[in-house]
Amino acid sequence: MEKILVGLKRVVDYNVRVRVRSDGSGVETDGVKMSINPFDEIALEEALRIKERGEAGEVIVISIGSSDVRQQLRTGLAMGADRAILVETDAQTDPLTSARILLEIIKREDPGLVLLGKQAIDNDHNQTGQMLAALWGRPQATFASELVLDGDQATVTREVDIGLESIEIDLPAVVTTDLRLNEPRYVKLPDIMKAKKKPLDQIPLADLDIEASAALNETAFAPPEERQKGIIVDDVAGLVAALQDKGLL
Amino acid sequence: MTRILLIAEHDGTSVNPSTAKCVTCASEIPDAEIHVAVLAKDGASLAGEVAGLTSVDKVIQVDNPANSYPVAAILAPQIVAIADGYSHIFGPSTTFGKDLMPRVAALLGVNQISDIMSVLGSHSFRRPIYAGNAIVTVEAPAGLPVVATVRIASYASAAGGGSASIEAASVDADIPGHTRFIELRSGKSDRPDLQTAAKVVSGGRALGSAENFDLIYKLADALGAGVGASRAAVDAGYVPNEMQVGQTGKIIAPELYIAIGISGAIQHLTGIKDAGTIVAINKDGEAPIFEIADIGLVGDLFKIVPELEAAVGAASGRE
Ligand SMILES: Cc1cc2nc3c(=O)[nH]c(=O)nc-3n(C[C@H](O)[C@H](O)[C@H](O)COP(=O)(O)OP(=O)(O)OC[C@H]3O[C@@H](n4cnc5c(N)ncnc54)[C@H](O)[C@@H]3O)c2cc1C
Repeated sequence: MEKILVGLKRVVDYNVRVRVRSDGSGVETDGVKMSINPFDEIALEEALRIKERGEAGEVIVISIGSSDVRQQLRTGLAMGADRAILVETDAQTDPLTSARILLEIIKREDPGLVLLGKQAIDNDHNQTGQMLAALWGRPQATFASELVLDGDQATVTREVDIGLESIEIDLPAVVTTDLRLNEPRYVKLPDIMKAKKKPLDQIPLADLDIEASAALNETAFAPPEERQKGIIVDDVAGLVAALQDKGLL
Repeated sequence: MTRILLIAEHDGTSVNPSTAKCVTCASEIPDAEIHVAVLAKDGASLAGEVAGLTSVDKVIQVDNPANSYPVAAILAPQIVAIADGYSHIFGPSTTFGKDLMPRVAALLGVNQISDIMSVLGSHSFRRPIYAGNAIVTVEAPAGLPVVATVRIASYASAAGGGSASIEAASVDADIPGHTRFIELRSGKSDRPDLQTAAKVVSGGRALGSAENFDLIYKLADALGAGVGASRAAVDAGYVPNEMQVGQTGKIIAPELYIAIGISGAIQHLTGIKDAGTIVAINKDGEAPIFEIADIGLVGDLFKIVPELEAAVGAASGRE
């Protein structure tokens, strides 16, 4: 295929212990380390491997967000993507709007495959890929742990609750990645330098003529309920006694 | 009028326990009429099973040979075809519902509320974000269908004893041929199902091999428990993927959870926060798992676990 489109979202790094602002207005993101959503990194790695096997010509990374997101797109270019597209907006787009934006880009680029992470680790929505596939009227293969391309078809192994499911899909299609699809490569310094010369297109969201969606209104944020501090027992006998105490043995 | 359409999850033979949990969530919405759609190849006995859940008012049976396996692209247009007149359309936040419901939402032109953990009103819900490190209150716009998935660990199962009517629906929808089910590989196990077990024993990277994981299975069997694992244990190939507990694996709420050789990364903890009692066995007294454990035991699992298994056997009157 000619092109693979990969979505990259800028999120709070997975190692950060996220806290709710004391006034409940949201989650503290000031001064917090930001990274590419880990599932999206896996999506990009998969696209790069497909290209390196000679099964695709070009890997395009796309993100939606403020100009800060260029940083993550540059990382994507340094990993090996050929070019990047930033759909620029300062607003947080909801999954339906993100899907509509991606569809607009698909119409321009006509990719043979779209790879997205199965969920972003900030909102944990797990929606955008499925929504995009629906709007596009194309197959979706979510939670992929193996992807084998075969001409205008692909076989995808999906991680489902009861095990592993295989499906066959016609291309073009949307595939969303699970953790065990691959292990993303590390970016090397010379690649970061090279990435600076790769094209990064910025398209203002207003230029795309996207239908407005009725967004969900997030009205309050709270920290989760804390669990009570527990006890430490000295040995197995102590553990058994504590469990019996609670009626669990 | 509040009318809720729930999408039943099943494997063609029996209804998944997630369905009864969705019913409980739906029944918390004030003055709601609850209908459950069973999309199957031949859904008669499945529909009968669902009709027995209390609070269910009607079961809609949609039979079609294309529904032999749950393929989102095939099910979604059928659900949209029967969605008219419903104010809410809910499915479980299992891999089945996570795959399917956003496709339904997009076809209906709305956003989805993922992982409802509590109902505040007909259009107001709470859900976890950032791996459960924050809980957000979400208001859905009035006048549009509310499409949502239900975080099943937050709900008890609806009781039996109901007697809803069953209606067969013939659905006029374009069923695409572009997505074809091939096979499902699942490690059959006689142990309690991880997602619904009252007790769960999980092992982590510390087990070191698939063979050593036998220690976990033996303890689980002595307790009558289901078995789970950390991502590291799955990645290392000690156990299959369906055993992963956490943000991106299964979210569970057993009465007893025993974490063995698991450090307690936030992504793991988010999967067990609703457990009744958490026990941690870890040789590192500083491991974060001890911050949320109700009962902690510091030491070498290879010594402790066999001892514990013997003690549990003795305590429950078995050899
Ligand atoms: C996007 C993303 C999603 C993720 N999703 C999940 C998820 O869903 N579930 C999940 O579990 N993880 C998830 N992770 C991974 C998570 O961050 C941790 O890496 C993982 O949980 C660690 O597994 P572990 O506790 O088994 O291993 P480790 O962190 O290596 O811990 C092993 C523990 O065993 C102890 N130990 C070692 N030897 C012994 C012994 N002999 N006796 C007793 N104790 C011993 C050590 O002290 C240590 O605490 C995710 C990560 C990312 C980035």
